[in-house]
Amino acid sequence: MRSFTYERAKTAIEAAAAVARTPGAKFIAGGTNLLDLMKLQIETPTHLVDVNGLKLDTIEPTPEGGLRIGALVRNTDLAADERVRRDYAVLSRALLAGASGQLRNRATTAGNLLQRTRCPYFYDTAQPCNKRQPGSGCSALDGVSRQLGIVGVSDACIATNPSDMAVAMRALDAVVETVRPDGAGRTISIAEFHRLPGDTPHLETALEPGELITAVTLPPPVGGRQIYRKVRDRASYAFALVSVAAVIHQNGTGRVAVGGVAHKPWRIEAAEADLPRGSKVVTEQLLADAKPTHDNAFKRPLVERTIGAVISQARS
Amino acid sequence: MRFDTPATTNPIDQLKVVGRPTDRIDGRHKTTGTAPYAYERHDVVPDQAYGFVLGAAIAKGRIAAMLLDEAKAAPGVLAIVTTLDMPRLERGMMNAAYLFGGPVVQHYHQAVAVVVAETFEQARAAAYLIRVDYEPEAGKFDLAAEASNAPLVGDDSGEGSSGPPEVRVGDFEGAFKAAEVKHDESYTTPDESHAMMEPHATIAAWDGDQLTLWTSNQMIGWGKRSIAKILGIPAQNVRLDSPYIGGGFGGKLFIRADAVLAALGAKAAQRPVKLALTRPLIANNTTHRPATIQRIRIGANRDGIITAIAHESTSGNLADGKPETAVSQTRLLYAGANRLMAMRLAPLDLPEGNAMRAPGEAPGMMALEVAMDEMAEKLGLDPVQFRILNDTQVDPENPNRRFSHRDLVGCLRLGAERFGWDKRNAQPAQVRDGHWFVGMGVAAGFRNNLLTKSAARVRLDGQGVVAVETDMTDIGTGSYTIIAQTAAEMMGVALDKVVVRLGDSSFPVAAGSGGQWGANNSTAGVYAACVKLREAVVQRLGFNSADAVFADGAVRSGNRSVALAEAASAGELVAEDFIEYGDLAKTHQQSTFAAHFVEVGVDALTGEVRVRRMLAVCAAGRILNPKSARSQVIGAMTMGVGAALMEELAVDKRRGFFVNHDLAGYEVPVHADIPHQDVIFLDEVDPMSSPMKAKGVAELGICGVGAAVANAVYHATGIRVRDYPLTLDKLIGHLPEAV
Ligand SMILES: Cc1cc2nc3c(=O)[nH]c(=O)nc-3n(C[C@H](O)[C@H](O)[C@H](O)COP(=O)(O)OP(=O)(O)OC[C@H]3O[C@@H](n4cnc5c(N)ncnc54)[C@H](O)[C@@H]3O)c2cc1C
Ligand code: SF4
Repeated sequence: MRSFTYERAKTAIEAAAAVARTPGAKFIAGGTNLLDLMKLQIETPTHLVDVNGLKLDTIEPTPEGGLRIGALVRNTDLAADERVRRDYAVLSRALLAGASGQLRNRATTAGNLLQRTRCPYFYDTAQPCNKRQPGSGCSALDGVSRQLGIVGVSDACIATNPSDMAVAMRALDAVVETVRPDGAGRTISIAEFHRLPGDTPHLETALEPGELITAVTLPPPVGGRQIYRKVRDRASYAFALVSVAAVIHQNGTGRVAVGGVAHKPWRIEAAEADLPRGSKVVTEQLLADAKPTHDNAFKRPLVERTIGAVISQARS
Repeated sequence: MRFDTPATTNPIDQLKVVGRPTDRIDGRHKTTGTAPYAYERHDVVPDQAYGFVLGAAIAKGRIAAMLLDEAKAAPGVLAIVTTLDMPRLERGMMNAAYLFGGPVVQHYHQAVAVVVAETFEQARAAAYLIRVDYEPEAGKFDLAAEASNAPLVGDDSGEGSSGPPEVRVGDFEGAFKAAEVKHDESYTTPDESHAMMEPHATIAAWDGDQLTLWTSNQMIGWGKRSIAKILGIPAQNVRLDSPYIGGGFGGKLFIRADAVLAALGAKAAQRPVKLALTRPLIANNTTHRPATIQRIRIGANRDGIITAIAHESTSGNLADGKPETAVSQTRLLYAGANRLMAMRLAPLDLPEGNAMRAPGEAPGMMALEVAMDEMAEKLGLDPVQFRILNDTQVDPENPNRRFSHRDLVGCLRLGAERFGWDKRNAQPAQVRDGHWFVGMGVAAGFRNNLLTKSAARVRLDGQGVVAVETDMTDIGTGSYTIIAQTAAEMMGVALDKVVVRLGDSSFPVAAGSGGQWGANNSTAGVYAACVKLREAVVQRLGFNSADAVFADGAVRSGNRSVALAEAASAGELVAEDFIEYGDLAKTHQQSTFAAHFVEVGVDALTGEVRVRRMLAVCAAGRILNPKSARSQVIGAMTMGVGAALMEELAVDKRRGFFVNHDLAGYEVPVHADIPHQDVIFLDEVDPMSSPMKAKGVAELGICGVGAAVANAVYHATGIRVRDYPLTLDKLIGHLPEAV
């Protein structure tokens, strides 16, 4: 860990301005991801702007009938919120499938969206990694890649986004609200929020330098059976090999977003029309452009099977 | 005390304290945070500075130069010692890798420097500023690719699972060829990491030429000799102290880089140095259980009698490293007139392979007991029955040599009854429970019982308190408690009148914790010392030693009874002795036995395997404390589930290292993976093992578990996976299609 300076921001705009002003500055929320990365010198911020005091920790109804989730709402509180459990059960279930109780107590909504990949080479500073050190190469491409991405990948990076929460938010069409250093706010749809790696895998989101997430809004409830199915090598406390967030209506139509396969939660709306026809046709469309490695080729059938499991569960 | 004839009746047989399910006497310290682990010994010496180890960034090659200017100038830095500062240091006992010194890099994350600073954060930050100029060389990292050229190699380390390169009995090839039913398959097990909770950690302090290490080490006696050898100093100048150990599983049998670099750092900084290996270093810097490729051939007649059995195993290691002795149990477990066992060792440039919980037997049983399941099916026999049919009461290589006590059959029969084995459908893939395929599997468990010299000192004070001192360790196993039980039984006092001090090299040298030899040997050493103390007491009180009875805090003979404390009224009584063994272990084969039963569910769509219930029935001599023994066995069963379903150090075969080198990447079972476990101990004693009549259980508990899981997966699905771990990617291609 390198030495850094630290300040507590009082307002959102102040926080954004502070980060924009100081080269190498970063926000810190729960710190459950950032601090681990700093200890390994994967992240080396020179200045931390603590956003925990910004009072962005409430969940409010929106005029449209949806929910506005403050950026600092803890994962535990979000998962337990009565409205979330009733109307957006897939989100609650996704949160509870992630990390551990202790971590969820600390982890925030914004921090969760911005958690970084779990590619093992990203964590070993002795190894080339384009995401950690642009231009150094990708060790995973011809290395150990069982956990890594199969679709939307590039020759520069095949990492996945490890968030469970984001997969559910993708299925729910969430919208990220931000404030920029100049004080101007904007909204970014969750579909546009995370980027594909392309040849700049170190750029992971649509956020600009200093841009602060203030909230995530959910549109009015869509009903349906809401299922989050996370498949992993052990029963708990592991990142997904593949996960599926689904909303399935009685007539078999619905939505599916897939985690563990790409640099972002993976959803192709056009494929969803075929949900009543079963998992195979849907998966064929979702993974039409998949480029798995030898190690992770199993993820293709696993996606199909997990979507199949979700459809069966919805019918039962 | 020399133990060379089978034990007869002795005070332990009273079983007033020994043999009872007793809470850990150190439990309160553990649960209240007052049992300090090595890194927490803030009070043992003042002015502790922090050390941080830098590991090599290449797998093989040389270090041309190291640039330290920036690191030296970093805040708080007190000293930096690098591998180029000194000629290559000697190795400790039984280790192949060099821990420090010299420009040659043997494996990834081998220590190349230690930075000492005022704080941990400063030491770490400075370590990242060291610039190392490497000259990498090509290495060999792929066991499968090297296996075909691997020469036959034996292991004569005497660590328990040793064996010659090849053993032949009868004419295996001829008998196999002629066999009516045959099985010939290969199995693989991956590299595994000990993944103990407490990392390797040491505080080192020099006082002139005297070195003290407050450390975390399973084998104090070995450790003392090893650190002296590594540093080139006399062993009497070294003291090790290791009273509490947060798990070891074989990873702390040896002196490792934490101890060596804490000592070197302390010398350079002229300050005590506290140092722990970081989690990312542990997988590649320390030792691991090496991967194996095993071929098993079994031939039998149609009635299921084995006529030929061969087990060949190939593993890899650094030069001077040992093979994984995965064939050792097959020499002893089943009858069969014609036998072939062989071990091959491929030179690899991966980190050092060495002992991990039940080295040899753990991976060996994972293969053998699946092969037995497959063979039973070919024969149309129930797998429990097939094993019983081929039981042996003698060493199959030397039929004149009997087992000291062997009740594998009893374990299998009782286990089958308790587990409801008779409800198992012989056909696989018949039972569905919702979206789960459900299956049951069985495997035998087997691990040798090892005898080794062990010493202790006992003191009796004027309050009637008995204190035991021995360098035996408690690695979470319960040694404190069984030693206290032994002393209480021998001296006729209550448990709360016994104090146990462990892990200090200034105490008499005990067996230490390894090879599941700790419990039997260390308590036998305490028994021997107590026999001497009893003699001293009897003499002091003027009793006739032959009929004195030690009970209820008093010594009685005829009508006369005197409080035990009286014997020490004029001053403490001290006795010291050791147990050493004659040739009972040569004339008889001493082993421990188990039957493992497992029920699993396999998700019909995703292939996720979840264990539903487990049972182990163990026959391992006298069980000294059923409560701590049960904890050992359920812990071992849990580790067996890990080996079966998820544990694997993933090798990057080009860069030459274990990639998943933290506990996020190296998955071990969590609570949710382990729903229900039962353990039954057969009520037995083994008078050949020691005056305690006990044997080990802690490694027995893992041996066979993985195979029982794999056999259950087969029974659930009809899919036979022969490559561990049985992750879902190896199953889904064979499962029914999705909707
Ligand atoms: C052992 C372990 C297991 C885990 N398992 C899982 C799992 O199974 N599934 C899963 O989904 N996650 C898992 N996680 C990840 C966990 O969900 C994240 O660490 C957590 O959500 C991050 O939230 P935080 O508030 O602590 O973020 P921080 O660590 O504080 O920040 C993360 C990033 O977000 C930025 N940031 C924070 N707040 C804002 C804001 N308001 N605006 C802009 N940028 C901001 C920070 O600058 C930083 O770059 C695991 C983590 C650990 C340590
Ligand atoms: S996949 Fe991405 S994160 Fe992983 S090594 Fe390659 S560039 Fe780095």
